Amino acid sequence: MGEMLRLDNITKSFPGVLANDHISLDVQEGEILALLGENGAGKTTLMNCLYGQLKPDAGQIYWRGRPVEISDSRTAVALGIGMVHQHFMLVPVLTVVENVSLGLASTRGLLLDLEHIETRLNALSQEFGLEVDPRATVWHLPVGAQQRVEILKALYREIQLLILDEPTAVLTPKEVNDLFAVLRRLSARGMSVILITHKLEEVMAISDRVTVLRDGRVVGTVKTGGTTPHELARLMVGREVVFDVHKPPLKPGKTVLEVQNLKAVGERGTLALNNISFSLCEGEILGIAGVDGNGQRELEEALCGLRRIREGQIFLHGQEVSHCKPDQLHQLGLAHIPSDRLDRAVAAKMTVEENMIASHISKPPYSKRGILNLKAIRQFAQRSIREFNIQTPSPRAAVTTLSGGNQQRVVLASALGHQPRVLIAAQPTRGLDVGLTQQVYERLVQERSRGAAILLISTELQEIFRLSDRIAVMYRGELMGIAPVEKTNVDQIGMMMAGVRLEQWRDSLP
Amino acid sequence: MADLLSQFLFIFTSPDFYAAVLRLTTPILLVAMGSIFCERAGIMNIAIEGFMLMGAMTAVVVTYYLGSPWLGALGAMLAAMVLSILFAVFVVIIGTDHIVTAVALNVLSLGATSLIFRRIFGAMSTTPEITGLPIWRIPLLGDLPVLGNILFNQSPLVYLAFLSVPIANFFMFRTKWGLNIRAVGETPRAADTVGLNVYRIRFYTILVSGLVAGLAGAFLSIGQTTIFQEGMTAGRGYIAYTAIVFGKWNPLGALAGAVIFGFADALQLRIQALGMGIPYQFALMIPYIFTILAIVFAVGRVSWSAAYGQPYRRVERSVD
Ligand SMILES: Nc1ncnc2c1ncn2[C@@H]1O[C@H](COP(=O)(O)OP(=O)(O)OP(=O)(O)O)[C@@H](O)[C@H]1O
Ligand SMILES: [Mg+2]
Repeated sequence: MGEMLRLDNITKSFPGVLANDHISLDVQEGEILALLGENGAGKTTLMNCLYGQLKPDAGQIYWRGRPVEISDSRTAVALGIGMVHQHFMLVPVLTVVENVSLGLASTRGLLLDLEHIETRLNALSQEFGLEVDPRATVWHLPVGAQQRVEILKALYREIQLLILDEPTAVLTPKEVNDLFAVLRRLSARGMSVILITHKLEEVMAISDRVTVLRDGRVVGTVKTGGTTPHELARLMVGREVVFDVHKPPLKPGKTVLEVQNLKAVGERGTLALNNISFSLCEGEILGIAGVDGNGQRELEEALCGLRRIREGQIFLHGQEVSHCKPDQLHQLGLAHIPSDRLDRAVAAKMTVEENMIASHISKPPYSKRGILNLKAIRQFAQRSIREFNIQTPSPRAAVTTLSGGNQQRVVLASALGHQPRVLIAAQPTRGLDVGLTQQVYERLVQERSRGAAILLISTELQEIFRLSDRIAVMYRGELMGIAPVEKTNVDQIGMMMAGVRLEQWRDSLP
Repeated sequence: MADLLSQFLFIFTSPDFYAAVLRLTTPILLVAMGSIFCERAGIMNIAIEGFMLMGAMTAVVVTYYLGSPWLGALGAMLAAMVLSILFAVFVVIIGTDHIVTAVALNVLSLGATSLIFRRIFGAMSTTPEITGLPIWRIPLLGDLPVLGNILFNQSPLVYLAFLSVPIANFFMFRTKWGLNIRAVGETPRAADTVGLNVYRIRFYTILVSGLVAGLAGAFLSIGQTTIFQEGMTAGRGYIAYTAIVFGKWNPLGALAGAVIFGFADALQLRIQALGMGIPYQFALMIPYIFTILAIVFAVGRVSWSAAYGQPYRRVERSVD
């Protein structure tokens, strides 16, 4: 077993940030190396340097012992390096085969040779257990399948090292298992993998070694067998991390959000929400669990005025708001942490402060009679940057330049900054490191103690169980039941996630 | 009323009218087919208006000095290409706004063409004597009754324009380059990560749009007529752009758009010629009204890709 890749003192800085500070690491043949680090530690930057998307300021890359210069992705792929970006690099309007064929020479000269590619693609997907329909148009495919296309695209190019940047953030638990099975198969064939993830259990489950980054430097490389999640977290954050949320006992106030028999139609024209009814009190967290894609997205949108409702009603503070616009809901004290950070939550080209203030812009003190109060805006932004520990060179930096996790912090600051009375928090910790996840949990509990009513939509069961007072489960657009957290358990919720109704479950008990 | 009806009937039953539709469709169609590739590659190219005008002027000048309309057409293509290089350098390499750059170039082209033309030929009264491009009567087919005169007794550029549609269609959807162009326009970053050179592809497709727009300009000045007039393209570049949008960036759809405008243009000419009691200013408006209607009905349906009309920069990342 030889060394496949070695990075020697890679350094990369952006205006105002030293993203990679003399980073050295190596990857052996057939090895799965996990790359761990807080948001903004420099993981994506390092991988972009390796994949030719960024040019390092200093340092040397060795490929199988040979010094190489990787000036663009074509060079990287030619060497045998493939990368699956966190945000997929697929052309949505093209089919799977067409996506795979991009950038490859055709066997028929100028003409496309899609049949040829399809045959080889089918063989590859069989070999590695990556099931996908080669003729499907990419945007029709669920995220899990799109990720398989990305991996196939890399494998088709006969890569030997596969880089995966936070591949599991968008997958269901089963898909994560399938992905790991594929990675094991790759490693059994002598290929290597660099895996970026924030989930320590995953690191423990799949990797051979772990390299931990903090503030752009390597703070340690350890064998997975000889370490624990706690030690990794400590290396990563630089201090002891407590994995516990102290939640004071429930003191529910009056009902603030009431949903009755809600029906709404989804993207594909089918019923995505069917007869959803629940109510939410002040000082309470209601968790909505369920496998991704069972109507959570539509529920989130319907409640925030972003999706038209077919039937049913929504009441906020006793007032009917079924057809209110998002800004009217804002006025009534509703705040929203969107699940789709990039599409919905941030305007990427705008600055950090503009993004933070966007949904509060019509309220004093930020504007008066349509004129902006720049000073108040700046103050709010600076306070939030401190409070949420956002790593940005300045409040006026464009949001695009922040790391994924830091973009999420901007969203949180905007939603939580003005003491919302009702909070719709959808996947609030997606893409956040362990430290910040913990902080967000604490913050949500604080909001609850203050009397906010919180609807927590999450696919992470752990998160749901830690925070919720009651848990509801969505399956195919319907609620399978709502149970107080102390009267239920993971098994019961798991069954409901698979489509068993709470009443059926009760009936089947002896 | 009955009088007006019979006059329209007269227009629509005359073969000449349809020959005119083809002739007037030609410049729009040509420009559209040349520009559709850079459009698909993500460039919002309304600078074709200026490219065309530059081509129209150059064609007359070169034909006058070298005596051959073919050399005139070639000169038109090269001159327009020079202008398109300028456009490409700005929007692709420097990364300026596509619309602003195009508008600036169009104004520049308007000024430069009339300046150069007047410099060479003096005041407007002395229009140069030149021979324009010939008419090619296709053997046998040209002798068909009615259809022969409409379809097969035209300038070679008319044939070329209509032939270019299936060619463009094939190129766009059946070839490697076509696929690359579509990928670059749709998701440039994804194209970049698989090793496609976004800049180069965008640059070259703009050059193609320049070359072809120059030829279309030549058709106006030495194909349909033998004169150059200030601003003689009269918005045909913009109309071609509209035809592309109307056709959802597909060659066949753009053909439909171009024919609609050719039809409107022919109609207004006939209405002017016949008098018909309609003020000529109103007649002149017809093609532009069609343009507006087409935009109104088409734009609701089209979905612009997020990258369309946006400069591409590699280092700036939108996401990680
Ligand atoms: N194009 C850029 N311009 C300016 N700064 C940048 C750019 N790309 C990254 N940075 C900065 O470099 C630092 C490292 O970012 P990077 O994306 O590598 O972090 P990361 O470890 O991937 O974090 P996350 O887990 O949140 O994705 C961050 O502070 C970020 O703001
Ligand atoms: Mg990252």
